[in-house]
Amino acid sequence: MSLTKEQIAQRIAKELQDGYYVNLGIGIPTLVANYIPQGMNVVLQSENGLLGMGPFPFEGEEDPDLINAGKQTITTVPGSAFFDSAMSFGMIRAGKVDLTVLGAMEVSDQGDIANWKIPGKMVKGMGGAMDLVASAKNIIVAMMHTNPKGESKLLPECTLPLTGKRCIKKIVTEIAVLDVTDRGFKLLERAPGVSVEEIVSKTAGKLVVEGEIPEMTF
Amino acid sequence: MNKVYKNAAEAITGIRNGSVIMLGGFGLCGIPENCITALVEAGVKELTCISNNAGVDDFGIGLMLQRKQVKKMISSYVGENAEFERQLLSGELEVELIPQGTLATRCMAAGYGMPAVFTPAGVGTEVATGKETRIFNNKEYLLEYAFDADFAIVKAWKGDTHGNLIYKETARNFNPLMAMAGKITIAEVEELVPAGELDPNQVHTPGIYVHRIFQGTGYEKRIEQRTVRKRS
Repeated sequence: MSLTKEQIAQRIAKELQDGYYVNLGIGIPTLVANYIPQGMNVVLQSENGLLGMGPFPFEGEEDPDLINAGKQTITTVPGSAFFDSAMSFGMIRAGKVDLTVLGAMEVSDQGDIANWKIPGKMVKGMGGAMDLVASAKNIIVAMMHTNPKGESKLLPECTLPLTGKRCIKKIVTEIAVLDVTDRGFKLLERAPGVSVEEIVSKTAGKLVVEGEIPEMTF
Repeated sequence: MNKVYKNAAEAITGIRNGSVIMLGGFGLCGIPENCITALVEAGVKELTCISNNAGVDDFGIGLMLQRKQVKKMISSYVGENAEFERQLLSGELEVELIPQGTLATRCMAAGYGMPAVFTPAGVGTEVATGKETRIFNNKEYLLEYAFDADFAIVKAWKGDTHGNLIYKETARNFNPLMAMAGKITIAEVEELVPAGELDPNQVHTPGIYVHRIFQGTGYEKRIEQRTVRKRS
């Protein structure tokens, strides 16, 4: 069975460690915040200038001066800090953020990522994605393994304009967990009930399968 | 030293057709609402606007786009704006998209008196086209130049008559960076107090960077994405 978006987020949350500073992108990555294990101290960075992002406010308590990078109203948690956009990307560039989770349209088996532009369609801009992928030391991509037509999004080379080169370390899709290695994608785990053959057939890029591939646990 | 102006209409004096202006804010958060209204009323055209975003159809820089006052936008993300898209596709509007951290750092460089900076953002992508690169510690970086803007227009929470500024929460974003970067910096504040009333320990932008300041009125502070949770 393929994972739901919530389950993808839940699986990614297993990569969190106590004391991590984490930047979560828009979409599935945002959901990771819902699965931070009880008692674990993880500080969420929002690149518009906040460390210590909390949940959405209660109705009636929205503050227009307090938003996240998706422009959503949010709250802060105790111990939070505000700063300007240069410092925000400064801490990202300097490798202070331990983990970045973001979505992708395509990834290549060398770790390239494309997630900002589809030629011929309205280009909205890269926002902070290029800065994040160019600097983060640990990037996990949350994405669907195939597009709605069933074509693989894990490719030998990205076909869309790149956001960054050779920067992705780990990918979690609805059917698999993979590392990006010197030899291409390396299959680590499969979704419960999903066969290795299905993952092989849906992965266009180089895929290394070695030994027994365990099912994911949550 | 008199930096205090009566209102936005006076404070934007000198911005003319073809000016290069920076506007603070992230989305609709921390945007200089009063000055945008004044620019719309003044009707100046052919503006180059450096701003992280371009507002929405009927608010923020979107209001200037409606009146076709903008020749070029330099931004990192320009979604949420149908009129923007129309002008872009018809060729009326020129757009330069740059990574958000690069945008912030090019403002910072201007304010710190540095002509350029090296950043890894965009290496290996179309953003790198035509740019000088250099390798440091086995990693490739792009040379990005400091912005050169005629005016910077920023919004702060509190300010004093010397131009010292304090921002609120995430409404800070690009404002302090742009405040440092303008040849002439115009600050609109929610509350303007006499010099000496702000705690110097709390000042984010020292007044040396601010040339004109006024207390704004009628802030709408529109929320772009109202997200809430239920009380359980």
